[in-house]
Amino acid sequence: MKISQYLLALLCPIILLSSCKKSNDEINPNTKSSFTIEFEHQVNGAALALNTTTYKNAKGEDFKINVFKYYVSNIKLSKTDGTTYLVPESYFLIDELKSVSKLITVNDVPTGDYTKIEYTIGVDYARNFAGAQTGALDPINGMFWTWNSGYIFVKLEGTSPQSTAANNMLTFHIGGVVDPSNTIRTYSTEINAANPLRVRTDAKPDMHFIVNAAALFTGTTDISFATLNFTMGGANSVIVANNYAKGLFRLDHIHN
Amino acid sequence: MYACRKDEIKPEEAKITFAIPSNFPAPAYNFEDNQLTNAGFALGKKLFYDARLSADKSVSCGSCHQQFAAFANLDHKVSHGVNNCQGKRNAPPLFNLAWQKAFFWDGGVKNIETSPLNAITDACEMGTDIEAIIAFLKSTAPYPDLFKQAFGSTDINSQRILKSITQFTAVLVSGNSKYDRVMRKESGATFTSDELAGYNLFKEKCSSCHTEPFFTDFSYRSNGLDLVSADEGRSHITGVNADFGTFRVPTLRNIEYTGPYMHDGRFYSLDEVLEHYNSGVKASANLDSKLKNGIPLNASEKEQIKAFLKTLTDNEFIKNTLYNES
Ligand code: HEC
Ligand code: HEC
Repeated sequence: MKISQYLLALLCPIILLSSCKKSNDEINPNTKSSFTIEFEHQVNGAALALNTTTYKNAKGEDFKINVFKYYVSNIKLSKTDGTTYLVPESYFLIDELKSVSKLITVNDVPTGDYTKIEYTIGVDYARNFAGAQTGALDPINGMFWTWNSGYIFVKLEGTSPQSTAANNMLTFHIGGVVDPSNTIRTYSTEINAANPLRVRTDAKPDMHFIVNAAALFTGTTDISFATLNFTMGGANSVIVANNYAKGLFRLDHIHN
Repeated sequence: MYACRKDEIKPEEAKITFAIPSNFPAPAYNFEDNQLTNAGFALGKKLFYDARLSADKSVSCGSCHQQFAAFANLDHKVSHGVNNCQGKRNAPPLFNLAWQKAFFWDGGVKNIETSPLNAITDACEMGTDIEAIIAFLKSTAPYPDLFKQAFGSTDINSQRILKSITQFTAVLVSGNSKYDRVMRKESGATFTSDELAGYNLFKEKCSSCHTEPFFTDFSYRSNGLDLVSADEGRSHITGVNADFGTFRVPTLRNIEYTGPYMHDGRFYSLDEVLEHYNSGVKASANLDSKLKNGIPLNASEKEQIKAFLKTLTDNEFIKNTLYNES
């Protein structure tokens, strides 16, 4: 599997070089197409399974996950020449419970070769305070705080024997956009220029990210569930956001 | 002659408008993304008064926000919700909301359109969820038709529900009290000598917080109700110690009808409120510096301030049949 991908990565430019002019016509900023992103949920390298599997945090404490969902928004793509494109109205809610949500389609993207992708983990400041929203931002999705306007950016619920909360619950609802408790974080990654994200009218590439749910609990601060097992915004949410800003996403490969 | 049956001489329906009184500044909410229509307003009003939206079908928005109390909750200190569950705060009146940039006593909610959500989902208020409401509305005539009239199709979603409710709540403007008519110098409106004396006292002692024309500067302060507040207030939202026990300065418009008073509804009369400022202010940690020594008021000053406060009653608003459950 891995080897064939490397082969593909090597072959792709060759195919492109040897292909006819058509492909050049399609790198026209006025033509738009789409690509997909697949989010593969894991916990420290093991597939994420809700409710059943026991995992360990960086402190060696056991835990299970019952809910894992998060927002990805304001997707921005860059080319080697430094030009960028912000995908309008790009708001996505990815929910482990809904497998369709883990494969998103990003539309309205000018065709071209992109070598960097950036997005907000969460929802931008303005939309947190905007009027009634629909789609991914619909409050019906259970990611909107009704007593303190704003979205929950990342929601992880579960249990840990170490948790001192009732029923050993873990409740990590990360959100808040006002300093000092601002939890808006941006993820960005370079894309290997040898195999950039090639958006074409006749080719819709797929990006594959590994998403490590355990990244909430390590990276900057190793979290012990004995002392931190509940947060809904505020200083503790900032600790968690600083953790996942580093390790939540990793670009694994691109299928062009 | 039976031609004159009442329902056959329906007067032409008045166009619902959002009217800005000339002594008010520009509003914060201006219906830009929520085109105000008669159908949208009518739907919002129907939703506002429909108790079937709540979990046990006993509570509507109108149960806690009653028109005769300027859409506050007249007979309850803190609001009662479903299953007779008691909330922790006093329902504020609903008017001039289009000028507010934050909602609730602690300013936690930032947009008028999303402000009903807490009441809908709070286990202690309406105790239901939006999905249940959507399912109910989809299967209950005449709602699908009303949504079609308001939004062009029978689709029902949370956004349409919230936008239509807002077409009702944001249109609630109270700016036609005697005070307003005097300020606008309308057809010889004048204060009596007591009212005028009260107004002058008010400007001297109260309006630094209860600022005209809304009779609030929309800031969060402690007026010394308790040494240690049982309700965190604003710090629940900001996490800042200096905000502990502070609450939004409430409007005093229609104050004659919005009792009981304060965030927890502890005072039943304006006399009790004035006596609080006169002799009851406690040295809470975040007490507003202006109230360090309370606000000494003698008996005649109290009467004059009360006389002035009653000029803030807008009977036209409270009795407007456009806003009542019909
Ligand atoms: C059980 C009583 C109850 C019900 C039912 C209720 N509310 Fe309220 N409402 C309150 C209370 C109490 C507050 C203040 C909450 C706080 O400050 O924490 C409030 C606050 C509000 C506010 C903010 C007002 C301001 O000045 O900050 C709006 C707007 C509002 N409610 C609209 C509605 C709508 C629309 C409905 C129906 C969907 C509704 N309410 C149902 C009790 C209720
Ligand atoms: C330092 C600011 C400040 C000053 C000065 C002040 N108030 Fe207040 N007032 C408040 C705050 C804050 C509240 C709400 C307190 C709470 O509920 O915790 C309030 C509440 C009230 C209420 C209850 C309103 C309601 O709907 O529950 C009345 C009535 C009132 N004030 C009248 C007055 C009068 C009259 C004066 C002048 C004699 C005055 N206030 C001076 C800050 C102030």
